[in-house]
Parts: sequence; C-alpha cells; structure tokens
Amino acid sequence: MSETKNTFTLDGQPVVFEAGQTIMNAALAAGHYIPHLCHHREFKPHGSCKVCTVRVNGWLSASCTTPASAGAKVESEAPDIQEARRRIVQMLFIEGNHFCPFCVKSGNCQLQAVAYHLGMEDTSLPHRFPSRAMDASHPDVVLDRDRCINCSLCVRASRDADGKDLFGLSGRGIDTHLVVNSSTGLLKDTNIDANDRAIQVCPTGALLVKRRGYEQPIGERRFDAQAIECEFESKY
Amino acid sequence: MNAPTEQPARLTVATCSLAGCFGCHMSFLDVDERIVELAQLVTFDRSPLTDVKHCSERVDVGLIEGGLCNVENVEVLREFRASCRYLVAVGSCAITGGVPAVRNKFTLESCLREAYIDAPGIDNPHIPCDPEIPLLLNKVRPIHEVVRVDYVLPGCPPPAEAFWELLTALIAGREPELAYEHRRFD
Ligand code: SF4
Ligand code: SF4
Ligand code: FES
Repeated sequence: MSETKNTFTLDGQPVVFEAGQTIMNAALAAGHYIPHLCHHREFKPHGSCKVCTVRVNGWLSASCTTPASAGAKVESEAPDIQEARRRIVQMLFIEGNHFCPFCVKSGNCQLQAVAYHLGMEDTSLPHRFPSRAMDASHPDVVLDRDRCINCSLCVRASRDADGKDLFGLSGRGIDTHLVVNSSTGLLKDTNIDANDRAIQVCPTGALLVKRRGYEQPIGERRFDAQAIECEFESKY
Repeated sequence: MNAPTEQPARLTVATCSLAGCFGCHMSFLDVDERIVELAQLVTFDRSPLTDVKHCSERVDVGLIEGGLCNVENVEVLREFRASCRYLVAVGSCAITGGVPAVRNKFTLESCLREAYIDAPGIDNPHIPCDPEIPLLLNKVRPIHEVVRVDYVLPGCPPPAEAFWELLTALIAGREPELAYEHRRFD
C-alpha cells in the first residue's frame, strides 16, 4: 500500500516521487526523459514553452509545473502528444531566425536536440523572419535575439544563481522579447561576466561568450552521436 | 509454377537547384560508386547532372535543392511540382530558406544598394534591371510556402546516406526512415 502512496505511472512505468516534487523532476530523477526547453532542475519552473506537456489522468498539463500525485496515470510519449510537441518546436523555429548551418551553437543546442528527439525534420509552417536587435556591445558576451526562445532561463539564473538580475522578458504574446537590465538596455552597461550561470543555461545560441565557437569538430559535439534523451537517461 | 516475373517499373528521378549552392547535389554524388547501382534502378530525367532542362510529363521523384529568391525560382518550382509524383525538399535552403534568407533582415532595396551602389570599388553604379535577369522576391522563402512537399532531407547538405535511404526506400515502396545521425539541420 505504501508503495502506491508516492508512486505514479509514466507511460505505464512506475515512478516514485518525493512530496512536493513535480512530475518532471520526479521523472528526470528516475532516469526518464520528458522533453523540455524552459525547465532546468536548478531553477524554479517557468512553465512557458509547453514542450513538456503530458496527459495526467486524461488532462494535458505542463509536467514541469504539475505536482506529482499518487496513483496518477501520466502519458508522455503518446503519438498525439509527441505530434503536439513537434508543432510547438516547429513554431519556436519559425518564430525566430534559426540558421543552424552556421550557428555557433549547432550540435550543442538544446532546441535543435529536442527537435531531433521529436523526429522533426522540417518547419512546415510559414517563416516569420522577424527583425530582432542583436546586442554585441559587451567585450565578452553577445546576445543574439534571433535565436532566443524566451525561455527565461537566463532571467532566473541571473537573478537566482548569479545574484545580478540582468535579464527580463518584456512585451506580450508574439511581441515578447528579452530585455537587458541596464540604463541603456545594453550588455556593455551591465556587470555580466563570461562565466555567469545565465550564459551557461541558455539552451540555444542566443547568449554566447565571444571568441569561443566551433570548438569541437562536427561529429564530436554534444548531440552529434548521442540524442538528448540518452544524456538524461544516463545522468541520474 | 509460372509465377509472373513482373519487373517493378523503373522510377524516374529528376533534380533541380533553385537558390542553393549546389552543395546538396555534390553531397548526392557522395554516394560514390553506388551511383552506378542507382542508374540501373532509376531513370534520371531533368537534372543538372543530365543537362535535361525540363521534366518529362511524369516524373516519380523530384529532388529540389535551394529556396526561392526570385520569380524564376517560383516558376521552376511550380513546373517541377506539377511534373513530380513525390516532391522532396532537399537541404536547409529548400526547407528553411537557408543562408540566402539571411538577407530577409534587410529590405530588398537596401541589399541592392549595398551590392551595386554603395559598395567600395564599383564602376558605373546602377541596379541591374535587364529583362533577362529574373526579378528578386522581397524575401527569400522556403519551398513549402509555395507548393506541397512530400518528403524532406534535412541538412546543409544532407549526407549521401540520406539520399540513398530516401531513394532506395521509394524504389522498394517503403517509407524512408532517416537514422539519427543522418537527419541534421547543419
Ligand atoms: S540556436 Fe540552435 S536551433 Fe537556433 S540556429 Fe542555433 S543551433 Fe539552430
Ligand atoms: S537568451 Fe537564452 S536563456 Fe535567455 S530567454 Fe533567450 S533562449 Fe532563454
Ligand atoms: S519545460 Fe515545461 S513548460 Fe517548458
């Protein structure tokens, strides 16, 4: 009896959780991968990208913000859920400007890796080709908003890990964009440092350290040989 | 005992390049000596490889490299689509616009100005307007925004193995399935 008290099933497999844990954190801790982009286990969940959507007892909800509950039936890899996730990731691609062929982050990018995981091969929607401001004002750090997916991980990391509070999301809906907390709105007028956690947690090539790029040859990058789910399944 | 020895019909394959760099075609040729095997299984139709300029009435598989940057690209794409049973978008440019779409951040006028008027060392600066030169589109577009696409081969360029898998699958009448390492966006 006490076994079912703190257990839910994920695609039929039992997952034990601790009181207060989200479905996402319990699943990851047990070595089950649920695709995600705005989630990072070190930071408070934001629940915005919806890539981590699962079906809990018949209802769709974001697994990174939904508390685990005893006896819940959680579906993650159902074909319709995977299809919806693929659509979400396609929307993230066409919403910004993602030129993977020459992007410094390519091969190490989580947006790309999640797309691969979901079997996404094309974008299939009309591309927006938006015009977004690049901030290359800082000597060591560059912010390329073309690749930003507004996941807010840098916002949380800068505030909660670096203690600097250098970023924020501004605007609503399709106009949401990342802003820099300085008098000019530029990185050069902040105390950002190339070693800041905010830069390390960016899942895409939006926040990068200058003069570092293409360090590993193609074939040896993070997601070249190993899919993103393998990383999570082996890490815990 | 007289089982019919019916030969499956040979597939006809056409290829063409729009706003691309021909890298996808070069990568296709990386199937190396297997091209001989392929030539025994399929008939090549319109292609820069055969120098045939227009498709026969019915083509089975049409591979398109490159996106749409001018009106001629659109015309060729529409003609190609109309001739091909299966249209395959090959490579980043066909699928997303690719490197040529970097110009989409700027107005067409400012691109032309930069290239033909303001760039250093230009003699007789003027924007070319010969009727022989196809008009540029305001934005570079991926091909799925204009025609229906049946299959895609991602990559810049897609590896030879991806071409091989696609064609051998279609010849065998099964759905192509690209291995993890053969479906890349770069
Ligand atoms: S950030 Fe990722 S998805 Fe975007 S262009 Fe770079 S590698 Fe591609
Ligand atoms: S810069 Fe990176 S971490 Fe920050 S919101 Fe954009 S994608 Fe997320
Ligand atoms: S990872 Fe859960 S909403 Fe983004």
